[in-house]
Amino acid sequence: MPRFSSYFTPKVDIEKNVYISLGILVFVIFLLIWSLLSYTEIIASTFLPTPHVVLLTAFRMLVDGDLFNHIGYSVWRVVAGFLIASLIAVPLGILMGTLKVFEGFFEPFIGFIRYMPASAFIPLFILWIGLGEGEKIAVIFFGTFFQQTLMVMDVTKNVSNDLIDVAYTLGATRRNVFKKVILPASLPGIVDTLRITFGWAWTYLIVAEIVGSTVGLGYMIMQANRFLNTEKIFVGIIVIGLLGMISDVIFKLIYRKLFPWLHEGGSIKSDASSC
Amino acid sequence: MMQAAVKLKIDNVSKVFGKNGNQVVALDNTSFEVKEGEFVTILGPSGCGKSTILRIIAGLTDTSSGKALLDGKEITSSGADRGMVFQSYTLFPWLTVQENIEFGLELKGMVKNERSQIALHYLDLIGLKGFENHYPQNLSGGMKQRVAIARALANDPEILLMDEPFGALDAQTRSIMQEILLNAWQESKKTILFVTHDVEEAIFLGDTVYVMTARPGRLKKRISVPLGRPRTFEMKNSPRFLEIKQDLLALIREESIKTINM
Repeated sequence: MPRFSSYFTPKVDIEKNVYISLGILVFVIFLLIWSLLSYTEIIASTFLPTPHVVLLTAFRMLVDGDLFNHIGYSVWRVVAGFLIASLIAVPLGILMGTLKVFEGFFEPFIGFIRYMPASAFIPLFILWIGLGEGEKIAVIFFGTFFQQTLMVMDVTKNVSNDLIDVAYTLGATRRNVFKKVILPASLPGIVDTLRITFGWAWTYLIVAEIVGSTVGLGYMIMQANRFLNTEKIFVGIIVIGLLGMISDVIFKLIYRKLFPWLHEGGSIKSDASSC
Repeated sequence: MMQAAVKLKIDNVSKVFGKNGNQVVALDNTSFEVKEGEFVTILGPSGCGKSTILRIIAGLTDTSSGKALLDGKEITSSGADRGMVFQSYTLFPWLTVQENIEFGLELKGMVKNERSQIALHYLDLIGLKGFENHYPQNLSGGMKQRVAIARALANDPEILLMDEPFGALDAQTRSIMQEILLNAWQESKKTILFVTHDVEEAIFLGDTVYVMTARPGRLKKRISVPLGRPRTFEMKNSPRFLEIKQDLLALIREESIKTINM
């Protein structure tokens, strides 16, 4: 049994089951406070519905297929917007991180646009594209693309120059260096960038769906607000949270599968080996 | 002993970094030769342009004036005929030990079987048989550098350039690595140009030691090491070794003081 004080020593590892228990504990505390405030009606149910009412609402919406419809539309929009953004941002970011000409050409302009809030462009997109799916996807694209490009550029730029130099001394051409060094070296960072920006895509989705939409989780939340169906707002928010968690787990699995050399690989630990 | 041919010739090479007003002369009119099969060490304080010489020979940096010639041909770009081992760990982390060693061979278009044979031979030579499927992150610093040496040798370069490859290792590991390197050198009969700031290392490894001055980098002294081959670590305590060491320590100390006051 470790001494209790070790839990409060900076950066010292704790047992795995303690770590997991703490994670569960915070959910329990959250539920307890929620229950306390709602069941005792310290806060009126119009503002804070009880946990079981939210659960029942979610169940009912699942059964009548309403929830799936909203989820389906939202997921498709996020994935479409995110994919289009990524398909352009990743190659462009790699080029910018590798060739100074590309960086010099694109960086100032992208740096300028990325500070413009995507939500401010919604009226413009509606004007240009109308109220359809294209407009929603455009908002998500606009919200993620520029950040993605700059983040991928940074990842690529951080590839060690020594790795590149050693490849040259092994007979690599510039093309080889790009394909066999810069690309594989920056891949983990790129996947990580995608994981982080996918979370941002969700934020822009809700923004896009709150304005001029007829279906989707954002629309559902907005509708519920209008009719004071607070429990539906809760369902919407919790579902978004769950979907975010699921996508995070998927990205982490991809990461593990794609980059075994970052975790396991061989079998020995460095400290166990000779010189 | 037969007179060996000149492998590498550095002819009046200077290197100036930076633009007008803010110039640093890293290398000032330096000339020297390395003979075929010779082990030459360059000893100098940090920041004296030792690495610059290697980078110029490797074709990673160009000269400001003068030229470097390998087998009589002027060096203009990088190529597989000049292998290099760096002080930092430069194994490709996404490749296994064996794939790392095969990197240059694959670029040459060599078939898998042949590659594998060569890789395993060098793995054996550096004493890491059985580690072919490990990823670099599971290796200690010394092991990583040994694989880096194997990777460079497997490519069969005309000359092997080594830029303080053991600089980041602890003293015990370093000493063992020196012996492993000498062993690999004797077996492969390569020409080696080895840069270090460690006096003992420079003497122990080299047939010839060049001492460099602090900035601007210049060759200050050339010493032929009068120790036989193969070298053993006991030689480090022989009177002859210690005598040379005393001399070089005094020389390098002078230069280091200059660096500190720069």
